Amino acid sequence: MSTPHTSEPVTADTHRQRSVGRMFADVGWRHVVGIVAVIFAAFPILYILSAALNPGGTLTGSNAMFSTVSLENFARLSDTYFWTWLGNTLIIGVITSLGTVLMGASAAYAFSRYRFAGRQFGLTFLMVLQMFPQLLAFVAIFLLLLTLGEVVPFLGLNSKIGLICVYLGGALGVNTFLMYGTFNTVPKELDEAAKIDGASHAHIYWRIILPLVMPILTVVGLLSFISTFNDFMLAKIILQSEENWTVAVGMYGWVSDQLAANWGQFAAGAIIAALPILALFLFLQRWIVSGLTQGSVK
Amino acid sequence: MTQPEAPPEERRSKRARESHATSIRPGFFIKLILMALINALGVYIILAAWSQQSWIILAVTVFFVVLADIVYFTKRMLPLKYLLPGLVFLLIYQVFTVGYTGYVAFTNYGAGHNSDKADAIAANVMQNQRRVEGSPALPLVVVEQTFPGTDLGFAVLEDDMVKVGTEDQPLEEAPDAVVEGTTIVEVPGWNVLSWSDAVARSQEVTQLRVPVSDDPNAGSIGTQDARTGYAYRSVVTYDPETDTMTNSDTGMVYRANDRGQFQADDGSTLTVGWRVFVGAENFTTAFSDQRYSGPFLKVLAWNVVFAIASVLTTFFLGLFLAIVMNSERMRGRKIYRTLMLLPYAFPAFLTALLFQGMLNRDFGFVNQVLLGGMPIAWLNDPWLAKLAIIMVNLWMGFPYMFLIATGTLQAIPGDVYEAAKIDGASGWQQFRRITLPLLLIAVTPLLISSFAFNFNNFNLVYMLTGGGPRFTDTSAPIGATDLLITMVYSVSGLDGSASRNYGLASALSIVIFLIVATVSAISFRLSQKMED
Repeated sequence: MSTPHTSEPVTADTHRQRSVGRMFADVGWRHVVGIVAVIFAAFPILYILSAALNPGGTLTGSNAMFSTVSLENFARLSDTYFWTWLGNTLIIGVITSLGTVLMGASAAYAFSRYRFAGRQFGLTFLMVLQMFPQLLAFVAIFLLLLTLGEVVPFLGLNSKIGLICVYLGGALGVNTFLMYGTFNTVPKELDEAAKIDGASHAHIYWRIILPLVMPILTVVGLLSFISTFNDFMLAKIILQSEENWTVAVGMYGWVSDQLAANWGQFAAGAIIAALPILALFLFLQRWIVSGLTQGSVK
Repeated sequence: MTQPEAPPEERRSKRARESHATSIRPGFFIKLILMALINALGVYIILAAWSQQSWIILAVTVFFVVLADIVYFTKRMLPLKYLLPGLVFLLIYQVFTVGYTGYVAFTNYGAGHNSDKADAIAANVMQNQRRVEGSPALPLVVVEQTFPGTDLGFAVLEDDMVKVGTEDQPLEEAPDAVVEGTTIVEVPGWNVLSWSDAVARSQEVTQLRVPVSDDPNAGSIGTQDARTGYAYRSVVTYDPETDTMTNSDTGMVYRANDRGQFQADDGSTLTVGWRVFVGAENFTTAFSDQRYSGPFLKVLAWNVVFAIASVLTTFFLGLFLAIVMNSERMRGRKIYRTLMLLPYAFPAFLTALLFQGMLNRDFGFVNQVLLGGMPIAWLNDPWLAKLAIIMVNLWMGFPYMFLIATGTLQAIPGDVYEAAKIDGASGWQQFRRITLPLLLIAVTPLLISSFAFNFNNFNLVYMLTGGGPRFTDTSAPIGATDLLITMVYSVSGLDGSASRNYGLASALSIVIFLIVATVSAISFRLSQKMED
């Protein structure tokens, strides 16, 4: 609490007490609330960090926080498929988010800059489709990949490419609107000036418009990466063999059987798996906030 | 994805031609390479589909490849050049699957009804094979296909002629095979397994049946010792004229019924059926079958309560903190804000798993340390589990609401409050009459999408409680904290917790969609009215 330090003599004591009280009424209590909220928010993460560093590796042992510290749990991860899973997750996430950004941005560009038959229908259609999340169609997705896999194995079940294609199917529905709004804020005069200078439409798109909307591209890419990273259900249905799993599928397996015994290993994996997302969040905080208020949910 | 030609009117100007030449060249080569790859992929899929006789996949691939070539190699259809890549994925993986969900919802697709009628007949014939009494013993070796797959098969010596085949390929003569005495030594195109190798895979070998011909009633070759083959014939035969299957052992006649099964007069059925339309039956099952209807209504009620409670709790905590932190004179706000963001940045699935450990009854941190060893069954008591889910959701959801509430509060101009103060409004009045209405208008769309998201918050429930504790009054794998989406997942049987029922699962998906769409539409209407 910030108490004002005054060098005034004792005679000012009553005055000083009043100002402390006023200070607390004004700002101090806000700090109290803030500290409580921070403890609430940060404590579970502190706990999992201590569990990761606790060499015992059991749930009971993790309750004495930071009593012993070692990297044993992290070393144990090498005996599992963890690093393979993390690699799979990053590959799938990066490709999906790049594809999502490229396809969503070019669709938004078309809707924003061209007037064509079916444009209004297309926009309405995307809006309606948004309400039917891909998750709900999981049975049909499974059956589609089952059939596709008989003809083209790399697009079928148990294929990372197959899973990426499924995620990309959701790219337009979720993100086009977000980007469409931003593209509309870029003045059309820019395109027209470039056109007069002889630039092709491809040149205008890649060299002029895209650099201007970089912030929204970053937000869409990041949100798409995070939702891919967090997806369990589709990844679980589609990726069947252990070496193809993502972190979400694999670590769920650790906890669902032998939770108490695998706890240290899980905690160490959780810390490592959370790091990329935490880092992205901290570095891109401002952009995320602006993207969020435009309507995406975790 | 780029396009080399500029519109004709621009090509006329000299300046345009210059910039055209310098800026487009590399793009044109990138386009050429991409299109070559797409065409190569297309041809590969077309050939594969041809050999597998998948006419639908073939037709769709031809359509999209031709469309892509037209779109990217002509000057017209400019918008499509930008829309096509996303559109292809959208049509196949989103529009088609939504439509297919609608189709499956009206069928009995699932365990025992997995394919069409022809497959069902063949499967019933295959599953009821018996060794033909007194059939001759044929010298046999186990072989492995070398191309295109590595399927196991048999090569048998019958009347001095070697015949070879697999489960999917009926026996065919192999005139170039090498035979020493009565032992087949070599079959071109096949890899002959040694006897010890074959015995090592005895499970596969003894179950393998290689059909004698395309006619499923003609029987097949099987072996017990990987050295001698015997003729097997099914005791069940299909008669296309009467559309019946007859079991020659028992003399039972099974007639095809409209439920997609072969049924005898005593009501017994053959194990493998095929999928048929069942009308709205899956929907009525959800609401009236006693295995599902009771739990379904409970799940629906909890689902609605959860979605509303999760939006309200996170929103009010987030709003409260935003108001508290929204003071210019408070120092270190940035640090508080960053630390409060932590739960939001922590991956959601890890959050659920982390709390599953912390809330563990016997060893978890909450019971052992915070509550001094009280054995509270956070995740195993129906009501406590529901509370736990809402609390964990509060933890992971409040930072988001905090962020958007902060953003909106800062957007409200300060002079509105000045004016209110001059009019003598109290702090509470200012909040009630100014802040809250302005805030609600701004965040309502976000609250609605948060509702829609939490309505289907699969990860949280599946990973925290797994939907449990299970209802005791039903055999269906449904529990007290199940949301509709996790219930659908269990019902589908894809996680192995129940026998597969794609039809019912798809029907329930459609019900969820209708609920979410209705709630969203109504609340959008209301929020629009509020704005006016």
